Amino acid sequence: MAEAHPLEVRELLINMGPQHPSTHGVFRMVLWVDGERIVRVEPHIGYLHRGSEKLCEGETYLQIPTLFDRLDYLSNFNNELTFCMAVEKLMGLEVPERAQYVRIILCELNRITSHLMFYAAFGLDVGAMTPSMYAFRERERVQQVFEAVSGARMMHDYFRVGGLRQPPPDNFRQKVQDILPIVEKGIHECDTLLSRNEIFLARTRGIGIISAQEAIAWGMTGPCLRACGIPYDIRVVEPYSLYDRFDFDIPVGSRGDCWDRYMVRVEEMRQSLRIIRQALQQMPDEGPVLAQGARRLPRPPKGEVYMRTENPRGEFGVYLVSDGSERPYRVKIRAPSFANLQALPVLMRDCYVADAVVILGSLDIVLGDVDR
Amino acid sequence: MSDARPTPPPSHSPGAGGGHAPSAPQRLDARAQALQAILPEVLRPFSIALSVALDEVVALVPAEQVVEVCRSLRDDPRTRMDFLRCLSVVDYGDILEVVYHLWSMEKRHKMVVKVRVPADKPEVPSVTGVWKGADWFEREGRDLYGVVFIGHPNLAPLLLWEGFPGFPGRKSYPFYDYKEW
Repeated sequence: MAEAHPLEVRELLINMGPQHPSTHGVFRMVLWVDGERIVRVEPHIGYLHRGSEKLCEGETYLQIPTLFDRLDYLSNFNNELTFCMAVEKLMGLEVPERAQYVRIILCELNRITSHLMFYAAFGLDVGAMTPSMYAFRERERVQQVFEAVSGARMMHDYFRVGGLRQPPPDNFRQKVQDILPIVEKGIHECDTLLSRNEIFLARTRGIGIISAQEAIAWGMTGPCLRACGIPYDIRVVEPYSLYDRFDFDIPVGSRGDCWDRYMVRVEEMRQSLRIIRQALQQMPDEGPVLAQGARRLPRPPKGEVYMRTENPRGEFGVYLVSDGSERPYRVKIRAPSFANLQALPVLMRDCYVADAVVILGSLDIVLGDVDR
Repeated sequence: MSDARPTPPPSHSPGAGGGHAPSAPQRLDARAQALQAILPEVLRPFSIALSVALDEVVALVPAEQVVEVCRSLRDDPRTRMDFLRCLSVVDYGDILEVVYHLWSMEKRHKMVVKVRVPADKPEVPSVTGVWKGADWFEREGRDLYGVVFIGHPNLAPLLLWEGFPGFPGRKSYPFYDYKEW
């Protein structure tokens, strides 16, 4: 009798992406699986690399905010703010208060739309269709404000070095005030719809855990880091613009799993509403929206600056080197998604194939931000 | 658009002021001043040059010492720079500058570490052993600027495809040479 062939167990290689509905853009990861377990993950990025940093070197300071809109295309205002503030910091420009309040209101509204987008996509990632409908309904209300203010729904190009392109419309305050209670109710609805759903909890609780220490070592920021229990929010630890005038909390998680990352974002939307309410109260109705000495073509002095702000996804940094001309010498963009995504192999240690999509979704990456 | 090409300024001495354009003034806050005072003590064994860029303390470090400097900045209880915010490479013509932006979660202070290497032999020890998050930043620096980070576990192309010719981040790379119309 012939000897039975020994049962062979081999690792299987699965290629996921670059075109895949749950990779949130063109992103590829190679998974080595042993049965249902993931043994190793190798993320591949660069499919959306447009050379934004190099492009910036050839454009004037007036043109660059347009490029920044296209990095993290779900939080355009926040990107523009970072770049404009980097140049302002280098030039020592004092931005008028009215412009600063309008900026903060728009940025916080943008944080809400971005997190609603995450909420919708994350629901789809775990297999829930309905949440996306609710999230998009609320997002649309905010988008209409953006459209009224800047004329564009996404690529606004509204912030200028030294202030704003034009004053907001006369009914800006009223418009924002009108949608606030509706959006708040909508966020509450979204929260009650998904957050404590039993299936949702089973899919996200205890999945994709990263310790606080590791998250810091890997350079994670934003909701991903706060989910580990570290209250690191640049609006508080290193306040910029007028953020030291507002009273708000930093939501933190405790375990650093997918559910914590989700819940931190839901809570953050409520905190953003709080900031907007206070900003609306303090905002002056009259006054200039462009700094006194702000020129159409800014020429910052020779020097360098690293400006960072709290984007919806984490620390968005701009390292700007100026040689005194009207074009920057070097612009380095520190994208939050880029740093968050590189910890993916750590998050996916020993998880199941079915959880890979959930873990990736919980990082809330935007590939335009990762690849730049 | 050929006029849009930035002129490589050989006269631009990195970090130093002077030239035609005025330099940005220094504005150190209290935390940065305290850090500036203790840094010579913390980094005593190393040959560093301290300066100030706007609101941050800058330490210029020889390339071969960068890993030890970073490790002592991270581990020393007075500095505790446990977070690497950003790692960038800047092309100044003959030399490439690698810039590390550091932050301390506990002390809430920040500083910059800089390394300068010649453009024809750009080799810098990798700091992935100090901060794991340096991984992709260094791969990007290798991709776009050709800086070889010695000791990096995997310096494969990240943003560009395998076999991409040249280093498109450098000033010498033709980028604005096309005519739009």
